[in-house]
Amino acid sequence: MEEQIKILVKLVPVFPLIGFLFNGILNRRLPEKTVGFIGSFTVFSSFVLSSWAFLLLIQLPEHARSIQSSWFDWVVSGSFSSAFSFLYDPLAAVMMLVVTGVGFLIHVYSIGYMHGDGGVGRYFSYLNLFVFAMLTLIMGDNLLLLYLGWEGVGLCSYLLIGFWFHKDSASNAGKKAFIVNRIGDFGFALGVMLLFWTFAAAGHPTINLTEISHLSPEILAGGGIVTLITLLLFLGATGKSAQIPLYVWLPDAMEGPTPVSALIHAATMVTAGVYMVCRLSALFILAPVTMLVIAIIGAATALFAATIGLVQNDIKRVLAYSTISQLGYMFLACGVGAFASGIFHLMTHAFFKALLFMCAGSVMHALAGELDMQKMGGLKKYMPYTFVTMFVGTLAISGVPLFSGFFSKDEILYNAFISQNGHPLLWVMGLIAAILTAFYMFRLLFLTFYGKSRIDPEVEKHVHESPKSMTVPLMILAFLAVIGGYVGLPHALGGGAWFDKFLHPVFAGGHGESAAVHHSLGLEYGLMIASVVAAGIGIFVAFMFYIADPERPKRLAGKFPGIYNTLFNKYYVDELYNAAIVQPVIAIGRFFWQITDLRGVDGFANGLASAVGWLSSMIRVIHTGFLRNYALVFVIGVIVLLGYVMFK
Amino acid sequence: MAPLEYYIVLSAVLFAIGVWGVLRSRNAIVIFMSIELMLNAVNLSIVAFSSNIKVVISRFIEAVPPQRIPDILQTSMASGQVFVLLVMTVAAAEAAVGLAIIISIFRAKNSVNVDDVNIMKW
Amino acid sequence: MLIFSILALISIFGALMVVTRKNPLTSAIYLILVMCCIAGMFVTLGALFIAALQVIVYAGAIMVLVIFVIMLLNLRKDEFGYDKKLLQKYLGFAFAGLILIQAVFITTWAMKDYGGIPEEDIAEITEMEGIESLDKYLSAESVAETLFKKFAYPFEVTSVLLLTAIIGALVVSKKRLLDEDEEGEI
Repeated sequence: MEEQIKILVKLVPVFPLIGFLFNGILNRRLPEKTVGFIGSFTVFSSFVLSSWAFLLLIQLPEHARSIQSSWFDWVVSGSFSSAFSFLYDPLAAVMMLVVTGVGFLIHVYSIGYMHGDGGVGRYFSYLNLFVFAMLTLIMGDNLLLLYLGWEGVGLCSYLLIGFWFHKDSASNAGKKAFIVNRIGDFGFALGVMLLFWTFAAAGHPTINLTEISHLSPEILAGGGIVTLITLLLFLGATGKSAQIPLYVWLPDAMEGPTPVSALIHAATMVTAGVYMVCRLSALFILAPVTMLVIAIIGAATALFAATIGLVQNDIKRVLAYSTISQLGYMFLACGVGAFASGIFHLMTHAFFKALLFMCAGSVMHALAGELDMQKMGGLKKYMPYTFVTMFVGTLAISGVPLFSGFFSKDEILYNAFISQNGHPLLWVMGLIAAILTAFYMFRLLFLTFYGKSRIDPEVEKHVHESPKSMTVPLMILAFLAVIGGYVGLPHALGGGAWFDKFLHPVFAGGHGESAAVHHSLGLEYGLMIASVVAAGIGIFVAFMFYIADPERPKRLAGKFPGIYNTLFNKYYVDELYNAAIVQPVIAIGRFFWQITDLRGVDGFANGLASAVGWLSSMIRVIHTGFLRNYALVFVIGVIVLLGYVMFK
Repeated sequence: MAPLEYYIVLSAVLFAIGVWGVLRSRNAIVIFMSIELMLNAVNLSIVAFSSNIKVVISRFIEAVPPQRIPDILQTSMASGQVFVLLVMTVAAAEAAVGLAIIISIFRAKNSVNVDDVNIMKW
Repeated sequence: MLIFSILALISIFGALMVVTRKNPLTSAIYLILVMCCIAGMFVTLGALFIAALQVIVYAGAIMVLVIFVIMLLNLRKDEFGYDKKLLQKYLGFAFAGLILIQAVFITTWAMKDYGGIPEEDIAEITEMEGIESLDKYLSAESVAETLFKKFAYPFEVTSVLLLTAIIGALVVSKKRLLDEDEEGEI
């Protein structure tokens, strides 16, 4: 059985790679339908293989669920070696299912959404490349391969955000994403190198994840080095997963096509940071300082982003800030040691966030690309399927009981409160963020679908429900958004917490099972009720603002213009970064260009040429054209030769 | 047969006169003939050395096994003449081509003055 | 020794005449004189074969060719006028002198430890060989043997060289028989 799993696992990333090459090379010759079909089929095949491997995995006993499957040796240099091989264990299995499953649905949705766009072939090949890179990241069994996938998804993010590169704003957004990610990646690379160096100095030069997890307690325990390493690694995670301070690229990334936002910036790429932290949990456990930093940044980001999302009018921007906020929750979970909860929320978030983005895309599709919620309203009657699925997604993200988001978010908040690394203050921040989340999500729903229509009359004539290729994935995701939470149903509510148990062997220390902690059941119920109440408050306030009395928000904004403007302008963070970092770098670049390059290097090269010219104008007088002069020169040569012989 | 040095000195003198001729003359044919003079001087010197090879070989006669001496002697003494033969051949070839060139130039410029052939000036 | 001195003096005189005459035909005649003197010196050295060749090939063929060319171009006494390049002339004389000094120096002072062979060594060798003197090694038979055995390859190459020279001379001096505006081909 292990052999079967090995083969299956090896093949999973191959299909998207083939899809990328195929669509990439042939994209202009194939009709749109074929391109879309191939792109989706490859991811579907990966999904089938992942599911099959998963089914085989759960038949293995718990302690044997870590399987390595190798393609070839990639780098072998002295004591450093890195192979192109994959590690398949419960964590990888979950991630693979999420990536390929949600990815497949998004590919199908894209067929409908990107219909008529000239660059469809390019689009699907980039999407397939992305899936390949993400799978490499998730499945890689050593840090170098993980880094390869890390960079690969960054590249695809750039390519896809700037997909409509003729638009200035899109290509700028792509560049911003890549550059901000670069800063994070630099930290990540430094962390990896420092890790290798430390391990090598201790006699075990390795970057293999399994070996690192086993050896780190002996090698790293109690040192300051591990804090430095983990902080650097976390810096990379903040870049990729859009936390403070490197989140600024994500809202701009909404310039890309909506399915891209759904896949990359909601369900998969941005979760890479969370995955990395969980994968290296053995390291992070040894650095309590870093864990605290992670938890604080996670909670702060959750709160911070939620406040910005309150007042945005662009439907995709609201969802972008919501993503940043939910990622903050995941990091909060990791920071307090509840790694399995973080992955659980990652999974449910993938379902409902992808769903929400795709519904937004559906709305935009119907309204001919309109993004401003102030110009929407009353779409309930035109787009029933979209409305229902979006409603489900909104319920899920707000943490309403019985929907998946409730279980995962509640587990995080619970662990934040009770864990040894947690703190009640973190819980409070998370709770406030939950209230705000419910509020702004329902605000979005009400503004878009309810009330009287503020749609432009021209556009309103063509409003229609989206085609099946788009609505069917919506329904599937809505279904998952409802039932997805039950795999992690906690003991307190009668479930078996199967998700936590499944992932437990992967994570070191910390809390694999919430139920293993001996706190009173009453506390757990109490906190749960607090979450429900929080959701309720949010929904109620949204209702008051946008259904009962639609003018109330404007009045409130009028009373507090300062706060409103700060929130609306995202706390002016982008402007701050621009002034403090971007402009000085541009100035330095300009200096180097004009002084060093133009005058220095070019001057040197030109000067060399003119020196040769000057020298040769001195020498060319020898070319007199007179035969006798040439003969004279011969003779001079002979004399010199003879002189040499003479004086020997 | 005079001592070897006399032949060599004579050869040097003839060679130097030839050099002077090349550098001094303006007539292309005279230059050519000066070159021939130089070649002759060198031929003389080669034959002189090869005929006097025993002068040279006396330095090495200890290191050579006695049976091989005649063979070596024959080769070295005859080589001089062989070499001169080859030199003469080359001189003949050179004469043919060089004179052909001089004729061509004469056809173009109607003069054998080498100072008139100066279009390669920079 | 006497023969050598006479021949040497005549050849130096002849060489000087070659270089200084204004009429190229006169220079050619004097050059023939020099070549004959050198042939004589070959004889004194015992190289009979090459002496004969010198007269036949050099004086007899090459110089005749030169005289043909002079006649063909109808060169008379040089009327080139005043030599503008005086520096060239004086430098030429100086350099020639330098070469002379250097060559003489090298061959006499630098080679002075070569000296002459003791008579008994010559006696030893001639006794071993059963010959009277070493002159048999300078004969035409010996030359031929060496040429065609040890120097066979250079010999063949030289024949190719001659072929090349023939073709080259033909190409260079071919008269254009075609009209002015047509491109000529070989």
